[in-house]
This record gives sequence, C-alpha cells and structure tokens, in this order.
Amino acid sequence: MIKLNVNGKRRSFSGPLFKRLIDVLREDFRLTGTKEGCGEGECGACTVFLDGEPVNSCLIPVAHAEGRKVETIESLANAKKLGVMQEAFLKRGGAQCGICTPGMVMTAEYWRRVGGSPEPEAIRNVLAGNLCRCTGYQHIVDSVIEALGRRRKKARGQKA
Amino acid sequence: MEFLRPRSVREALETFQKTPGALALAGGTDFMVGWNMGLLNGKTVVDLSRIAEWKGIEAGKTGVRIGSLVTHAELQRHPLIRREFPLLVEACALIGAIAIQNRGTIGGNIANASPAADTFPSLAVYEAVVHTASPQGRRAIPFLGIFAGPKKTHLRPGELIEAIEIPYARPRPSAAYFRKVGTRAAQALSKTVAAGLLWLSRGKTVAESRFALGSVAPTIRRARKAEDYLRGRKLTAETVGRAMDLVEAEIAPIDDVRSTAAYRFAVSKNLLKEFLECRPR
Ligand SMILES: Cc1cc2nc3c(=O)[nH]c(=O)nc-3n(C[C@H](O)[C@H](O)[C@H](O)COP(=O)(O)OP(=O)(O)OC[C@H]3O[C@@H](n4cnc5c(N)ncnc54)[C@H](O)[C@@H]3O)c2cc1C
Ligand code: FES
Ligand code: FES
Repeated sequence: MIKLNVNGKRRSFSGPLFKRLIDVLREDFRLTGTKEGCGEGECGACTVFLDGEPVNSCLIPVAHAEGRKVETIESLANAKKLGVMQEAFLKRGGAQCGICTPGMVMTAEYWRRVGGSPEPEAIRNVLAGNLCRCTGYQHIVDSVIEALGRRRKKARGQKA
Repeated sequence: MEFLRPRSVREALETFQKTPGALALAGGTDFMVGWNMGLLNGKTVVDLSRIAEWKGIEAGKTGVRIGSLVTHAELQRHPLIRREFPLLVEACALIGAIAIQNRGTIGGNIANASPAADTFPSLAVYEAVVHTASPQGRRAIPFLGIFAGPKKTHLRPGELIEAIEIPYARPRPSAAYFRKVGTRAAQALSKTVAAGLLWLSRGKTVAESRFALGSVAPTIRRARKAEDYLRGRKLTAETVGRAMDLVEAEIAPIDDVRSTAAYRFAVSKNLLKEFLECRPR
C-alpha cells in the first residue's frame, strides 16, 4: 500500500503499484476530470501537478506519486466558484469540445502560479505539449492572457 | 509482472544481480510509452527513482558530475549548469514540452539511445564521460563510446548509468552553438540537431572546433574530419566551404517519417556554416 496526497486530502492506494496515475485518479479516486487523449505523452490532456509541477499522468506509475502531492483539475474550483483560469477560459471561449481543456487549464494554471510571462509566444511555448483539435489555439492564448491580466490588475490595485 | 523498488545503489545492483533480464525505470517518459503499448508485458521492472545518490549535481574542480536521475527541468534551473554548459540547457529546454522535461532524466535520455536525442550533440562537444555501475564493477565510458546503434548502447545487462561527468570548457570557447531543426520547437523529435564549440586564436585562426550532429547517422556523430581540417586555418568562404564538404562525408542520414536523407545532408552542411559564421539565429 502507498500513501499520497490528492487535492489536499490524504489518500491510500493498495492496488498494483505499476497502475498508471491517470487510471488510479479516474477509477479508484473517481476524479474523472483528468482526461486521456493519447496515452503516449504527446497530447497533455492528462496533465496534473506532482509536487506543484505539471506532468503527464498517463506516463507515471502510481508508485512514483508515493508520499507526494498530486493536484488535479478538480482542485481549482470549489462548489461555489471556479478558479481564475477556468473563469478566463469560459469568458474567452478557450474550450470547445473540452477534451483538452483540463490539461490545458492545468498547464496554464502552473504558468499563472509561477508568475509566467503574458507574452503570447511564451504562453504558446509553455502550452506546446497540450494539443487541441478544436480551438485553433488563439482563444486559448487569449484566455490565458485574460487570467494573467487579472493577476496584474490585482497586484496594481493592492499597491494603490 | 514484478516491480522492484530498491532504495540505494547497493540494493539496485543486488536486484540486477538476481534478475539480470530486468528493465530499469527512471522518469518513465520513454519506458511508459512502450509499457502502455504492451511491448514490455511480463518483464521485471526495477524502479531507480528512489536512489537518492543519483539525484544530485556536484561541482568539482575540473568539471561537474550530474546524477543520472537529474531531470531536464532541473538541469535548466541549475545556476552552474547555466553558466558552464549553456548548450546543455538549450537542449533540455527543447525536449518534448514542460511536462516531459519535469520527468525525463539525463540518464534515461542516454540509455534510450535515440539517434534523435537532443542532449547528445551538446554532451558530445563538451566531451562528457558516462559513469556506470553494475554487479561486476564500475566503468567510465567516453560519451561517444556508449552508443552501439539506434536505440542500442554498449551497456551490459544490469549495468546502470550512475552519473554524467562534464569537464569545464577551458579556456572558455569563443563561440557556442546549438540548434534543433524540427517541425516545431517543442514536442517534436528532431529532423537534425547540432551543437558546436569554437576557440579562435589571436590571428583569428581556429585553435579548436568541435561540431556534433544528431539524427543524421545511426548514432550521434562528431565532425572529426572538418574539425581537423579547420585547426590552424582562418575562417573564409573557401575554408568553410571545404569543411561543409567534409561533413557530408562523415554522416549517413536516412529517409524516415520525419525527413529525407537529402534534406538532412543539406541542413547538416548549412548548420556547420551557420555555426562557423557565428551568425545569431
Ligand atoms: C511526448 C514525448 C516527447 C519527447 N520529446 C523528446 C525530445 O524532443 N528530445 C529527446 O531527446 N527526447 C524526447 N523524448 C524522450 C524522453 O523524454 C527522453 O529520452 C528522456 O530523457 C528519457 O528519460 P526517462 O527518465 O524518462 O527514461 P525512462 O523512460 O525511465 O527510461 C528510458 C530507457 O532508459 C533506461 N534507463 C533509464 N535510466 C537508466 C539508468 N540510470 N541506467 C541505465 N538505463 C536506464 C530504461 O530502462 C529505458 O530503456 C520524448 C518523449 C515523449 C513521451
Ligand atoms: S493522455 Fe497523457 S499525454 Fe496524452
Ligand atoms: S477544445 Fe476540443 S480538443 Fe481542445
């Protein structure tokens, strides 16, 4: 059996230690927000945070999450309110079919948390491992700029 | 399957002694792709990820020793690596995308021995040495000597990479060059990838040059003939042209899903030219 922290809760897992993290999240912990696109590390749909860093949960045996912190898309919102990045995707049309969206939002949220640059080129670079068949990416980039812009306004507001 | 998780180098080596056919697992970014496809069913897997001894970067007097489990993201962040080995930092920044860089390790990149691996040209021009450990003992293998062919190394069964040692480039090079040519910068395997270091002497003659190319032969290649030819010469249109011809004779590219041999010949020569002319890209 291994112990890990998922979205702030202590969890334990006693199945096969080589089970993929994505399958443990979806099947054992019923956190089905995380999606599988390719199962080969190419598409980023399965992106979650491991100790705060984005990783492909389809390429990780659950054993590698032992004693560590896993965060999924479910951690960004509470029952009443969406997270900043989610709000921005809604407002700017960053999601269409929605398959890429959880992974896209997680990578973008990482960028927001580390104070990443709001330049479109920098955003496209950090999102390079997240593929989308629907939006053509422009609306996604706009969404991220929107979310980062809010952070700026907030920071300015606090100073004033 | 059997999944073994040693906590130390000693335990890992003992595990391999008992099960010589076992497969090593580091960050899993290559391993899990094959695993998910069912290519590795029934194998014994030995997880190296708990071996703390192999996770550090140590600065020595003459060079740095990078533990095999250090990730591409950690290499990019490390101040000493950034200062001394910018070509390695540039390579790591172009491996897959951020989620791959957070998991993929330098040891896994080498052991996987892809002809298109992006760290190889940089490690080749910095003249890295690969340190290995096996139940039979330890070895130090010059970087270029580790590769036997596409996806094949000279590592023996149960022999593990423990560290990569890279000597500081002294005197400091006059120019350093890295370029990955692919369909796009991130998350695409290279059509061709190149790194170069150049030392010019006072009279603008070449004191030394090192140039390496990936994805243009079964294994990573140093352009030795061109390097030898350039030593002591001034860089002119004529000498650069001659060096470009010599590079052509040293590579053996193929047609594959990512590119053609003809394209790779042309681009390899042009990369050498760009390197020697030190043009900003
Ligand atoms: C979507 C995607 C994009 C990628 N893009 C690139 C790219 O642009 N450029 C590039 O170069 N690579 C790329 N890769 C390949 C891969 O990410 C790198 O090769 C990575 O460095 C492998 O390291 P790892 O720790 O994940 O290795 P693992 O997958 O754990 O292992 C790889 C192989 O090496 C062996 N091994 C691992 N560690 C050791 C050790 N210490 N001693 C002996 N054997 C060992 C394993 O048995 C296995 O055969 C990509 C992979 C994916 C999935
Ligand atoms: S499902 Fe994991 S990267 Fe595509
Ligand atoms: S919204 Fe459909 S794949 Fe991105």
